[in-house]
Amino acid sequence: MNSSFLLSTTTFIYALASVFYIGSFSFKKQVLARAGFWVIVIGFITNTAGILLRWVESYQMGYGHAPFSNMYESLVFFSWTVAILYIFVELKYKESIIGVFVSPLIFLAIAYASFDPNVSSKISPLIPALKSNWLIAHVIACFLGYAGFALAFGFSFIYFVKPKDPKSTSVFSRLPSWEMIDELTYQMIVFGFLFLTIGIITGAVWANSAWGKYWSWDPKETWSLITWFVYAIFLHLRMMRGWNGSKLAIVSIVGFIAVLFTYFGVNYVLSGLHSYG
Amino acid sequence: MKKNKSIPQQIWLFFCSVRLTVYTLVLLASTSIFGTVILQNGSPTQYVNLYGKGFYNLIKVLKLDDMYQAWWFLFLLLLLCINIIVCSIERLSLTWKIIFPKRITFNPDRFKILKNRETFTSEKGVNTLAAEYQTILFKKVGKVLYEKTENGGVMYAERGRWSRLGVYVVHASIILLVVGALIGAVFGFKANLRLDEGAKTDTLFTTKSRTPIQLPFSIQCNEFEVRFYDTGAPDEFRSNLTILEEGKESFTKDIRVNQPLRYKGINIFQSSYGTAAPDSAVFEIMDNTTQAILTKSLAVGEQLTLPGDAGIFEFQGVLPNFKFREHNLGQAFFGKITLTGKEGFQIPLPTKFPTFDKMRKGQFSFVVKKFDQRYYTGLQVTKDPGIWYVYAGFILMILGCWITFFVSHQSYFIEIKTSDQNTTCVLVSGKANRNNFGMTLKIKKLVTLLKDK
Repeated sequence: MNSSFLLSTTTFIYALASVFYIGSFSFKKQVLARAGFWVIVIGFITNTAGILLRWVESYQMGYGHAPFSNMYESLVFFSWTVAILYIFVELKYKESIIGVFVSPLIFLAIAYASFDPNVSSKISPLIPALKSNWLIAHVIACFLGYAGFALAFGFSFIYFVKPKDPKSTSVFSRLPSWEMIDELTYQMIVFGFLFLTIGIITGAVWANSAWGKYWSWDPKETWSLITWFVYAIFLHLRMMRGWNGSKLAIVSIVGFIAVLFTYFGVNYVLSGLHSYG
Repeated sequence: MKKNKSIPQQIWLFFCSVRLTVYTLVLLASTSIFGTVILQNGSPTQYVNLYGKGFYNLIKVLKLDDMYQAWWFLFLLLLLCINIIVCSIERLSLTWKIIFPKRITFNPDRFKILKNRETFTSEKGVNTLAAEYQTILFKKVGKVLYEKTENGGVMYAERGRWSRLGVYVVHASIILLVVGALIGAVFGFKANLRLDEGAKTDTLFTTKSRTPIQLPFSIQCNEFEVRFYDTGAPDEFRSNLTILEEGKESFTKDIRVNQPLRYKGINIFQSSYGTAAPDSAVFEIMDNTTQAILTKSLAVGEQLTLPGDAGIFEFQGVLPNFKFREHNLGQAFFGKITLTGKEGFQIPLPTKFPTFDKMRKGQFSFVVKKFDQRYYTGLQVTKDPGIWYVYAGFILMILGCWITFFVSHQSYFIEIKTSDQNTTCVLVSGKANRNNFGMTLKIKKLVTLLKDK
């Protein structure tokens, strides 16, 4: 058994979880959502095992580095962070139906890593710039931030599908109360914002020790700052201007588009210091 | 109300509006995109080729070629800073007394109608419960205020009042970052330095303006080494540097990427490397008519007499890139052959293609047999006296965000009153300035704890 096998298996387990959640939502069967949750937990365990095994394998190959060094590894880790955050949220808020909006994201990230031919799953050695203890702190912080925003993005959709009429009988009427959605979105964004801040700062400190500048307006840096600005706008609008509901949900969605661009767009469209992943 | 405000007051109000904050942030976020799609710090010809002449003029007027230093972008940052400072002064002066009153008081009527209130009954008497609950509340929350009422009592405890200042910590950290960046830009410098192995210097030229800078010491590169993985990807760049002061060796240290040398406020980073031209090489010359081989080491500029006094060969030098029929053949050695009585001509000897000169089909063919590959190390040398402000800003920002988002000012309230002879009614409620959901959970926990007693 190797890490690639474990991680491909994880992809299918997450796919199954999405099927359960969507089934539970469409057929109004709570039991399917319970099953979905446990499947996600199993997927999370194999995901964790896959990442750890890959770490060990990199040592066996003589490279010896944390599995955060290319697009494949980062996507796998992205699924992992979204999954752990989602498991935490479902346990804390006891709302399982929201999994419909999150489990497909968990699945899509790891599926993209496994199936896109442009994403190489080979374990490659670290280039000199990445050889630093800051790598682990920087990557974990950034991805926890991304995970918070991903969940907020999933929850923001609820604003557009949940019927305004409380007596509605559509499948969407069983979604959590407006108050709960608001609370969930806000908590996720706050969580994401804190970790994005830590991620940007650890990156800056690292850059200062590797290149002698903490900020060089490299496209990845700039886009992470743009993302930070968008969520700062979100927080000011919500707390100081009293925005809520779908108006605010749009800001959260714009923020997640900025996250996606920071994550993928910069690597594929623009060039710069982060072109490795 | 609106009409009779003086102009300074109106300016003050303009700067303390959150609307201004939001607009400034929107502008900062959206204009920042330009700098990531438009080439930065390119040459005029690059811009004309990429975007055409018309757009190039526009780029120059708006300084989009060096956007993040453009006057209008700095103006937006300044606006944000003024906004933050004015807002903070305004809000703190208004709320300080409310947040930190001389004496903390509470209003029982407001707590009794809170949504998260929980009620239960107990068989114990009011006085027993009051004593027990005060101990619990003190242990779990903090100092308890107790007031007697006609048929019982009310108690109150709170924590995290100071957390209301978290948001000011975040905003102060942004000012600190900007101040640190400013200090760095005014009193610091960044320079790239190319040092051949064996070379030393104490003068640098800044990256942007090419201003010369005199260092208080000399940097000497003794050796540069690059190691590769089996895959061909670089593994490690290492420069062995010696610092000389007043002509004397101070110390010698290895630097690597991520392991810079910091000395006297100046930081030296390993940033790149390249091959420096070798200054001597061993040539093998074959006389194609006799098949005789002559091997000789030559320094740049040195000449040798070809076998049989056929002429002379001069080693002219080395170029890093040799173009041959549109192909870049990489590093190449150059020499000049002058056969007796004939016009001299130049021959290229690319390192990667040892048989290249054979194809010339001359009387003599030349091969570079051996040479010492010399490297130069690319160093980035910086001085940034603002860095400590920036780092302080970083720490404050993380702390401030943590306080602002995850610590709240929580107030807990318990009312005990006798309803009839044997039972006592208990009401528990509480509020927090943020995360009401979390507060509701905390009240539920407190209630279970109180019931257990």
